[in-house]
Amino acid sequence: MNSAIPKPSPAGKLLWAAIAIVGAWCLGVVALRRGEPINAIWLVTASIAVFLIGYRFYSRLIANRVLQLDPTRATPSVLRNDGLDYVPTDRWVVFGHHFAAIAGAGPLVGPVLAAQMGYLPGTLWILVGVVFAGAVQDFMILGLSLRRDGRSLGHMLRAELGEVPGVIAMVGVLVLMMIVLAVLALVVVKALTHSPWGTFTVAATIPIALLMGVYLRYIRPGRILEVSIIGLILLLASIWYGKVVNDTPAVAALFDFDAKALAWLLIGYGFFASVLPVWLLLAPRDYLSTFLKIGTILLLALAIFLAAPTLQMPAITKFVDGTGPVFAGNLFPFLFITIACGAVSGWHSIIASGTTPKLLANEGEARLVGYGGMLMEAFVAIMALIAAASLHPGVYFAMNSPGALVGTTAEQAAQTISSWGFLVTPAELTDTARNIGEGTILGRAGGAPTLAVGMAQLLHNVMPGKDMMALWYHYAILFEALFILTTVDAGTRVGRFMIQELAGMAWAPLKQTESWLGNVVATVICVGLWGYFLYQGAVDPLGGINTLWPLFGIANQMLAAIALMLATVVTVKLKRERYVLVPAVPAAWLVICTLTAGWQKLFDEKISFTAAANKYAAAAAEGKLLAPAKTAEEMQRIITNNRVDMVLTGLFMLLVLTMLFFSLRSIVRAWKANRPTAQEEPYVALSSVTG
Amino acid sequence: MATMHPGSLWRWAVQTARLCCGVPDYDVYVKHLREHHPDRAVPSYGEFFRERQEARYRGTGGRCC
Repeated sequence: MNSAIPKPSPAGKLLWAAIAIVGAWCLGVVALRRGEPINAIWLVTASIAVFLIGYRFYSRLIANRVLQLDPTRATPSVLRNDGLDYVPTDRWVVFGHHFAAIAGAGPLVGPVLAAQMGYLPGTLWILVGVVFAGAVQDFMILGLSLRRDGRSLGHMLRAELGEVPGVIAMVGVLVLMMIVLAVLALVVVKALTHSPWGTFTVAATIPIALLMGVYLRYIRPGRILEVSIIGLILLLASIWYGKVVNDTPAVAALFDFDAKALAWLLIGYGFFASVLPVWLLLAPRDYLSTFLKIGTILLLALAIFLAAPTLQMPAITKFVDGTGPVFAGNLFPFLFITIACGAVSGWHSIIASGTTPKLLANEGEARLVGYGGMLMEAFVAIMALIAAASLHPGVYFAMNSPGALVGTTAEQAAQTISSWGFLVTPAELTDTARNIGEGTILGRAGGAPTLAVGMAQLLHNVMPGKDMMALWYHYAILFEALFILTTVDAGTRVGRFMIQELAGMAWAPLKQTESWLGNVVATVICVGLWGYFLYQGAVDPLGGINTLWPLFGIANQMLAAIALMLATVVTVKLKRERYVLVPAVPAAWLVICTLTAGWQKLFDEKISFTAAANKYAAAAAEGKLLAPAKTAEEMQRIITNNRVDMVLTGLFMLLVLTMLFFSLRSIVRAWKANRPTAQEEPYVALSSVTG
Repeated sequence: MATMHPGSLWRWAVQTARLCCGVPDYDVYVKHLREHHPDRAVPSYGEFFRERQEARYRGTGGRCC
């Protein structure tokens, strides 16, 4: 295999040198030009050049030297071809499927939050992170699974590290999933609070999905494209009709909810969506959200290329010192956990060891799908960052800062934000709200609304028209809410199965996924777990995102660290110690980031959950009330919530340390062994199977 | 392979879109059944679709945040 690497032609060398020079020039402009705002196209070009070079050179090193992929070796899809789960599939089809499975709300939210430090830190982390960590993780886990019959991350951890670390990691995945569901649901709550237009359109997706479900099952079975077009037309109609709802006070009141009420509605919805038959509600929404997601990402790319916006946010703001209003904490480590998806996302290791390895027809194609797919996601993250950074910084901070910091009226917010150095008038804030058809833009943290305003402005520049901005804004909100809610439904169902499996160990009848009792009990537990954190976010003094997003980031990067530690262990077990740094450096970096962030969330005097709990406890002991608590019970609830977050943070840290211990133990053993000890399936020649 | 031919490009798009929803290629499955399991009944597209729809949400298959 190694001998098969062709020597590059002189023309090829010249081309890559040119790409490197263009990339370096653009990156230089992005990083070094100060004083005058730069155009987003510099950033886009720099990113594309970095992705091309990373793909051409680094992913090839991984393919040829680290994983030693072999195009003559039969893949699981060929060996176990059953026409259903294991099917040799065209590589571009697999690429599309893989990208649709890994792209979600994560890469759209994290970069928007991180924009509070300016666009430069986020950009650099996304570019460096994806090339050396994120894409390496996705690609290597895919490569490992390809050599192990397409087995899952959990299976591979048990086989290569041992039973105990395997089970520990799976508990970690369950907890991570609950946090993911809670924080994503909170993004929807933040976007819909006191927004009758948004709430109406999102609520309308439920009857639309039911209609689609019945159509797909009984009227025209399996015609996904047809029914999705019908669904899309109905969705667009609901966005248009949402304006009528918004302008009619009596009807608008029916869709006007506060954060607590929305949290309860989502919890109830999550329960029903997960116990109802999948064909009725869950599946049709899933189809709609998948197509809308891809369509909207393309729309965002088109808008950025056509509008070519100027980045109004400074390259670096003063909030790199940890005093930022959107999330607290210094650039290190908090930038690296705030932007998780887009740079490196642990969740992808589950997808890369799920359906994708069962579809690849040839090992050589894993590079395009695994490494290339993640580069695409990083590009989505860059686009989200551009959308946020092209907003007026005053508007950005007004939307994303908690009311407790900037006040709850446009006048207070404008005054506070101007005092930070981002000059903005109350009229600019109220004008923006009016343009997008909302009562206020204050306190809309969570990324989705900011991205929606950014997208609406970009699209409005390309396609101007009266009232169009409000329609674009609600379109963007609807699409984000739609695919977040699909994640919540499907995640609740997956969580329910995991809980039933665990509970089944204690009492066998609970394990039967067809039984109504087991089904309902496990669903209630699952919804209760994420619902608790969602409700906690809805009543949080700092607006929830500020508190919960770091927990999500720590958990997601923890899973990435575990996946990369597995890749490190296997590299050593294969006796390829020369290349151990390829997975080991990003693994070590993520371990350092998650442990440091966890430590600061436990012990820092300003930003820790402990400090918040103590502050409220001290006030409660003196009989005082601190905002936003209005009663002694609410004070107590805030104290309890912070203590729960402390326990969770400690648990995550313990998990990382335990997995680190087991990984190091396996590495030392494998290093001493004088032969490869990895558990790969034996080589079967592709030619012997396909004939 | 997606070639320049418009028909095959359309087929590629349909195949990708369906696979994104967890529905693999029906024709490939029918061909597989005929070649390897001639004794089994060939399901209609509707039956095949229902089975795949149930299967997609049965396990711990993922989707990302």
